[in-house]
Amino acid sequence: MTWLVPLPVVMPLLGAALTLLLAGRARAQRWASIVVLAATVAVAAMLLVRSSLDGPLVVEVGGWVAPMGIVLVADQLAALMLVVSASVTLCVLVYSIGQGMADGNEETPLSVYHPTYLVLTAGVCNAFLSGDLFNLYVGFEILLVASYVLLTLGSTETRIRAGTTYVVVSLLSSLIFLVAIGLVYSATGTLNLAQLADRLDALPDDTRLVLQGMLLLAFGIKAAVFPLSAWLPDSYPTAPAPVTAVFAGLLTKVGVYAIIRTETLLFPGGRTADLLMVTAALTMVVGILGAVAQSDIKRLLSFTLVSHIGYMLFGVGLTTPLGLSAAIFYVVHHITVQTTLFLAAGLVERRGGSTALDRLGGLARLSPLLAVLFFVPALNLAGIPPFSGFLGKLGLVQAGVDDGGFLAWALVAGGLVTSLLTLYAIARVWNLAFWRAPHADMPEPGDADQAARTDGAEQPHGGPAPGGAVLPRLMTVSTAALVVLGLALTVVAGPLFDISTDAADDLLRRAPYVEAVFPEGPP
Amino acid sequence: MSPNIPNLVYVVVIGVLFATGVTLLLERSLTRVLMGVVLLGNGANLLLLTGGRAGGPPIVGTTAEEDMSDPLPQAMVLTAIVITLGMTAFLLALAYRSWHLNGHDEVQDDVEDRRIMELADRDEGPGTSDTDTADGSPEARVLTTGAAEGVR
Repeated sequence: MTWLVPLPVVMPLLGAALTLLLAGRARAQRWASIVVLAATVAVAAMLLVRSSLDGPLVVEVGGWVAPMGIVLVADQLAALMLVVSASVTLCVLVYSIGQGMADGNEETPLSVYHPTYLVLTAGVCNAFLSGDLFNLYVGFEILLVASYVLLTLGSTETRIRAGTTYVVVSLLSSLIFLVAIGLVYSATGTLNLAQLADRLDALPDDTRLVLQGMLLLAFGIKAAVFPLSAWLPDSYPTAPAPVTAVFAGLLTKVGVYAIIRTETLLFPGGRTADLLMVTAALTMVVGILGAVAQSDIKRLLSFTLVSHIGYMLFGVGLTTPLGLSAAIFYVVHHITVQTTLFLAAGLVERRGGSTALDRLGGLARLSPLLAVLFFVPALNLAGIPPFSGFLGKLGLVQAGVDDGGFLAWALVAGGLVTSLLTLYAIARVWNLAFWRAPHADMPEPGDADQAARTDGAEQPHGGPAPGGAVLPRLMTVSTAALVVLGLALTVVAGPLFDISTDAADDLLRRAPYVEAVFPEGPP
Repeated sequence: MSPNIPNLVYVVVIGVLFATGVTLLLERSLTRVLMGVVLLGNGANLLLLTGGRAGGPPIVGTTAEEDMSDPLPQAMVLTAIVITLGMTAFLLALAYRSWHLNGHDEVQDDVEDRRIMELADRDEGPGTSDTDTADGSPEARVLTTGAAEGVR
């Protein structure tokens, strides 16, 4: 079954080439993208099943033997991430297709959208599967380049402004990563993760700490960990809704994944555990305080995104099996829910003509379906029982209480406060945008002229957002599908927690990963 | 020859590249930031090269095996150079577009951030209050707060 492993990287890349060739034909391009991503979901699901049953699957790319060549490793953690991210990207693709059709740009499609989107998927999959530090860098670069293009799509003034910050910060983090790779290679003579796990142990403690610090810094920027998070709420909200949604769901999580991988496989022993816990607490609290201060739904959601990265770091920082497993569960939950919320925000923008809270009102009466689509994931994010957000937070709190240290208790408190404040922020959106009486000038369905008048003058985020439009069916269906996926995570929480516990155990034992790559022991 | 101690000239050059790169990166103009990124990228690439053993070309039959340089960092540097090239091109396009739109290529502040800071200075909450004001548009609020300040 190892032939499956490279497919999640290869298929989207080939799909990107295909959709580029089909540039003139919008319909064929759309179907090609959907088929490719659906196939990726299927392959990812098979990988998850096989890796749970048989242990990590390893492929030596091009037949070059392990420490010289590059390996792709699909262990349970990687496969689980693949399944979730591929499903989410598929839903967002359908949503963006619905949006494209609704905007009537079938004749003049942005022909680069589909290829870039698929390249982004390939980069994300490559980062998850990579068993080699340099290949991880390449995966990051692939997804970043694609994200630069997607973020500045249409190159309007606001997007160029936001894109500039994003590109420069991302370039800096990539450079730090590259320098870290150079130093790791000088110190150990290898970049294969399994071999590094063996060789890094032999290094002097201080050298290891420097390498660990460099890698954490690079991944911390990508994962938007406070104080390295300021770029995120600035750049994400300006992009089109589906782009923001997929960025919010996946890109920061790739950073979190890289942190989990390096902290467990390369640098076990938790020397930076205290640092991680402190930054986790700061990320949670500062992030959510930022969210409370916002008056625009997309920006508010961006701040909650930053804030909830703190929960995942909390689990990693505990370095206990329960903490790590809860963190993995939380990543899965958060990818789904955060993406759903951004998609719902896109629907709000379309229906209400804006995402600014002072301009919205009465959406619950005007569009009950939209209200449900926002309400369910919003409660899920805040961690109301019985949703998966509650279960993930419960797991983290339990792990924190078990740990019993001062920092762990402080984090438990911080986590609960953050959860409450998330509820507050979300409730404010609900009250202002959905619950209060509609504005007199709220656009009616199909009332596109009036919508153009109300928001044409100072559309804060550029891009066409004809308010008052009837919600296109594809957009609502794909959002609903993600809401259902989020609910399904609650229903299958038991088995999912088993998988994440297994994954966490394997990560902490390290041996399964190393033995899968080097059956006869690392050279 | 000792495999793991890089040439001093190398180290100094890398240091200078990083120092100048960081200085340029802190500038406000995107073109200078771009140059900073290029210099930093070159520094990082040189650093990667020093990670491997120096020596003759690593081709079997040309160099004895113990005199060969380490080919792996060279392969990685090639990849990194290509990536840096692509990034540079993109950043250049971005700077050009920014100049096209704004007449300059300076990195600008986050507009929304500034707006919220102004709100905080006036000690106002974000959004409107929870009361159902039919006229909650930002312009209207600016007017009312202006009037309130006048009274004060």
